[in-house]
Amino acid sequence: MSGTFVGMPAFPAAAHGAVADRTLRANLRHATHTIRDKRARAVTELDDWAELREAGKQIKDHTLRHLDTYLVQLEEAVVRAGGTVHWAVDADEANSLVTRLVQETGEREVVKVKSMATQEIGLNEALEEAGIRAYETDLAELIVQLGKDRPSHILVPAIHRNRGEIRDIFEHEMASWGRPAPEALADSPAELAEAARLHLREKFLRAKVGISGANFMVAETGTLVILESEGNGRMCLTLPETLISVVGIEKIVPTWRDLEVFLQTLPRSSTAERMNPYTSTWTGTSDSDGPRTFHLVLLDNGRTDTLADEVGRQALRCIRCSACLNVCPVYERAGGHAYGSVYPGPIGAILSPQLRGMGSEIDRSLPYASSLCGACYEVCPVAIDIPEVLVHLRERVAEGGEVVRNGARITVRPAKGHAAERAAMRATAWAFGRPGILRTGQRLASRTRRLHPRKLPGPGKAWGASRDLPEVPQESFRDWWARTDGGKGEVK
Amino acid sequence: MRVALFLTCVNDTLYPDTGRAVLKLLNRLGVEVDFPMAQTCCGQAHYNTGYRHQAEPLARHYSDVFGEYDAIVTPSGSCAAMVRELYPRLGERAAAEGRGDELSRVLAPVIPKTYELTEFLVDVLGVVDVGAYYPHKVTYHPTCHGLRSLGLGDRPRRLLEAVKGLELVELPGAEECCGFGGTFAVKNPDVSAAMGLDKVLGAESTGAGRLCAADNSCLMHLGGTMSRLRTEIKPVHIAEILASTEDDTEGDAT
Ligand code: SF4
Repeated sequence: MSGTFVGMPAFPAAAHGAVADRTLRANLRHATHTIRDKRARAVTELDDWAELREAGKQIKDHTLRHLDTYLVQLEEAVVRAGGTVHWAVDADEANSLVTRLVQETGEREVVKVKSMATQEIGLNEALEEAGIRAYETDLAELIVQLGKDRPSHILVPAIHRNRGEIRDIFEHEMASWGRPAPEALADSPAELAEAARLHLREKFLRAKVGISGANFMVAETGTLVILESEGNGRMCLTLPETLISVVGIEKIVPTWRDLEVFLQTLPRSSTAERMNPYTSTWTGTSDSDGPRTFHLVLLDNGRTDTLADEVGRQALRCIRCSACLNVCPVYERAGGHAYGSVYPGPIGAILSPQLRGMGSEIDRSLPYASSLCGACYEVCPVAIDIPEVLVHLRERVAEGGEVVRNGARITVRPAKGHAAERAAMRATAWAFGRPGILRTGQRLASRTRRLHPRKLPGPGKAWGASRDLPEVPQESFRDWWARTDGGKGEVK
Repeated sequence: MRVALFLTCVNDTLYPDTGRAVLKLLNRLGVEVDFPMAQTCCGQAHYNTGYRHQAEPLARHYSDVFGEYDAIVTPSGSCAAMVRELYPRLGERAAAEGRGDELSRVLAPVIPKTYELTEFLVDVLGVVDVGAYYPHKVTYHPTCHGLRSLGLGDRPRRLLEAVKGLELVELPGAEECCGFGGTFAVKNPDVSAAMGLDKVLGAESTGAGRLCAADNSCLMHLGGTMSRLRTEIKPVHIAEILASTEDDTEGDAT
């Protein structure tokens, strides 16, 4: 994934700063709660939401089960329509492919439609190294790019910024990327949007190469689909002479009819709109209009490995609506950056460790970045049981087991640093198998109750920094029950 | 009907009052309750922390201890959810590991017979007014497993509304997680504490004297936060409210 995230500390450490940052928390709280409430209203408007959700889940599951067939069908259809299809096994391969394709046009700059796949592979950085400038044209993406920042949300990558901060970024940075910000720029949404519009327009009109992702690819016709709100996508998809789309292999739907389901669930789940303002579809090239050359780069980058995991594969149903981020109480407080990936929030916590493998500290800590409250599962329009996958991945960390990496089945060892926990779990499991032992332990605790501090040293500090411990009672329930013969010996 | 109380390891060890409250309440409603002494833990903490294989013997033990009863009542939404939602999954995963349906068969009998307390009252006994008296202003936090896994819905609320003397006030952001989450509370202490703090401040803002929930684990986290902040508001398990009557002189009349 994106080079900017390499060497991230584990989630708890990364979240520490975010929790203490009051501006950030206020920004996130305001933004997520607003969209959360709107989504809830947009969804209750539809009587058949539960059916749509189930249909979305089944379409995706069916497609994933027959992915090989649909990918070939898609390739044939795209080629028939005048496009060229490339296959990229990982980020490096995809980046060098795209770089070469841009170089072949002789251009030194490209305009980009907001795309998670190209962020995942760190395409902008790879192009930069080859001397090619990539201009982000989505408003929030532009803010992130100008601010030399990292995205913190799938849909609204600059969600962690407020209007004042955005105004400052525009004022200071726009000039070095192109048309400067207007004089005396105010921080009203209208003025900020106008400044971005003017800045971007000259790029749209000049660019010869456009780069995009896609929300869906329809296998039967080889059609790619993008849903967006600002119209910048439509510009990038139609004005340049060459269009290169980098799309994860799981983005396929078999037919146009299947699309019907997602065109209802995606906008309502992501922006709480009944329908998004722009839906662009394109099939190969056409002589009369639009790009003359179209390249589709199909990206694996860990997806086939993820598909091999019976429990974890449901993460590939994701349509990147970001509803799970907006309802997540952990995301709201930790912020998107703590997840160390372009995929933050609940979906990131199950997707990143699977796509990247569990080689790094951040990826091993992500499955624990949840209280398992289940709010994400409840809103997910394709019914991904995120808590189930989180627990499954915790098992992978704690117990090790068989996984598929780069297409080969391997056995991973339990992660280091969990030895004490593993021992504790084993010991308690052993004791809980023997009620007598539990009773002895309870009595010991009761007898020494006066000695128990309300804060603990060592690892227990994590609890005691903000919370007192409960007082240990004089007698456990089971001892009371035995002593009073089920309460009968007690005056009621 | 043979009814067993599954108190849970946490309540047994730290919150015996909740156990006595369940007993008193059910006895008052004419239900004889047994407490099988062999009971220990449902295995939830093990399962949720990634030690599914360690949770298996505990699930078997649970099935052993409670298999003979007609109903198993537990004053914990999350432990009830462990049995009802996750025991089936333990069986499925074992089958996926090539161990056949043996575990599923062992666990099957206890799964549908396990009830969270408010479910047992409303669905099995068919009572909403349990004859309780509790002269306090109370706000209710629906815990996540009760709310989303078990789908307790308005059962706790209906029970509370029928309590004499009790004034129920709306908790802002009620459906948001309190931040306990088992080992989450110590693995991600900053985020957990921030969530707990927001929940406590929300509860305080209602002017209620008691924050009620159907799970002592969440109340342990919230109560620990309240005690540290020295708030006026105190945590209370719903069983303790429903068990209270006019005769109670336990000083719970602030
Ligand atoms: S996991 Fe579900 S809710 Fe989250 S972004 Fe993906 S589709 Fe949306």
